[in-house]
Amino acid sequence: MRETAVTATVNGRPVSFFCDPTTSLLECLRDVVLLKGPKIGCLDGNCGACAVLLDGRLVNSCLVLGVEADGREITTVEGLESWPGLSALRQAFTEEDGLQCGYCTPGIIVAVKALLDRDPDPPAARIRDWLAGNLCRCTGYETIVRAVQSAAATLRESRTSDGEAGA
Amino acid sequence: MHGYDYRAAQTVDDAVTLLAAPGARPLAGGTDLIVQLRRAERDAALLVDVKRIPELLDISFDPSDGLSFGAAVACTDIAEHPQIADGYPALADAARLIGGTAIRNRATVGGNLCNAAPSADAIPALVVLDARCIVRGPSGTRSIRAAEFCTGPGTTVLQPGELLVSLRLPPPGTRTGARYLRFIPRGEMDIAVAGAACMIRLEEQGDTIAEARVALASVAPTPLEIPDAAAALIGRPAGEDAFEQAAGAARESARPITDQRGTAALRTHLAGVLVRRALGDALRRARGEQLDA
Ligand SMILES: Cc1cc2nc3c(=O)[nH]c(=O)nc-3n(C[C@H](O)[C@H](O)[C@H](O)COP(=O)(O)OP(=O)(O)OC[C@H]3O[C@@H](n4cnc5c(N)ncnc54)[C@H](O)[C@@H]3O)c2cc1C
Ligand code: FES
Ligand code: FES
Repeated sequence: MRETAVTATVNGRPVSFFCDPTTSLLECLRDVVLLKGPKIGCLDGNCGACAVLLDGRLVNSCLVLGVEADGREITTVEGLESWPGLSALRQAFTEEDGLQCGYCTPGIIVAVKALLDRDPDPPAARIRDWLAGNLCRCTGYETIVRAVQSAAATLRESRTSDGEAGA
Repeated sequence: MHGYDYRAAQTVDDAVTLLAAPGARPLAGGTDLIVQLRRAERDAALLVDVKRIPELLDISFDPSDGLSFGAAVACTDIAEHPQIADGYPALADAARLIGGTAIRNRATVGGNLCNAAPSADAIPALVVLDARCIVRGPSGTRSIRAAEFCTGPGTTVLQPGELLVSLRLPPPGTRTGARYLRFIPRGEMDIAVAGAACMIRLEEQGDTIAEARVALASVAPTPLEIPDAAAALIGRPAGEDAFEQAAGAARESARPITDQRGTAALRTHLAGVLVRRALGDALRRARGEQLDA
């Protein structure tokens, strides 16, 4: 078994590491790149705790091999700091009680980023469907859906007022 | 997990050469294979990543040639492709049901077929749409009907070293409609207790069924085509009578097992219900009507 050199862009920064082909991207991110946002959950694609964006697409990093990330762009929850949606989501998740223990939250935030990039005003049914692969043992999901809708509204308003300010 | 090497193939020839090595396996989205390797349900000495081969990522549609898509196209791209939604909605139905958002962004229809689970959602749709599986191997290219591809749970007609390159579907006919439906106890993210795909083509005038195909998931060791159900439909007026006959043939042909997801009796019952409902939806599509969801 050969260790392979992997060069990728993680949260906008170039990273290089050696990786055994059996190692998941999740392990590489947590143990080599030292980003603890992606969480270890089921490790078989069912819970979404490990969700990241790979070239802008939502994936479960437990089901991606580290070696598959070569030449790709990866965004973890830590990489969303400059996205205006993150502060809107922080506030909405706090106000709506969208989290309790918070273990599922980084994966959900990343999934919501991917959703709002495609649909800035998703109806509740679309949010539920989009987040079907993100399990939460605490909240019962109602508050998460409300928080996403509230953050989406905030984000739309800020875009409109930015647009007006810029015009 | 036992150790294995990894190589990303750049071309089909490259992949076929790499797959000649003992213990080599293609890796598409990995949503079956990585889980199986981790649980030591499968073994591999070398994973040949096929997701960087342009030919395996291509989707092309031509009204006279039909649809061709590469074995490494993700389910998301199938489900969201406008010409697939328009001309092959039963395939889009199945691609949209597989996993959740993150799974669909990786999982491929080609991998669904090659993994050959009895419950695989895309296979019945491929069968009723009369898909051809284009396979390349050390001794050349061959074409296999989707209905003949799976030989048992997890086994296919693929020989060691062979690669599924693409799937080809004939042009969508006029007055033709197809639908895939499955039953699961929750709304999403589950394995089909039973599934049914149905295709019907109506005569140019009137409601007589000129052509039909029916296939089931999760009622036999492989996804199963039901010729008796098709025979019960062809030449008869489309409607509840014919659909109930086809549902009866589906119940007769089902050979399900009892497991933690459902009893054999439940699966047999579901096969009939799903065939009847899928035929109703297929008829609506054949008449050019849109389905609600
Ligand atoms: C959480 C979760 C939910 C799921 N939900 C569903 C569901 O609802 N319905 C469903 O049907 N399945 C479901 N699955 C199973 C799986 O996602 C699908 O079967 C998927 O389509 C497999 O595709 P893949 O690209 O990931 O295949 P891989 O895992 O990459 O490969 C599967 C098999 O096919 C072989 N293979 C892949 N490509 C080729 C090729 N081009 N030529 C030859 N052999 C090849 C591989 O060697 C391997 O043996 C789910 C899986 C998970 C983890
Ligand atoms: S840890 Fe990856 S989906 Fe659960
Ligand atoms: S807040 Fe605890 S798992 Fe979601």
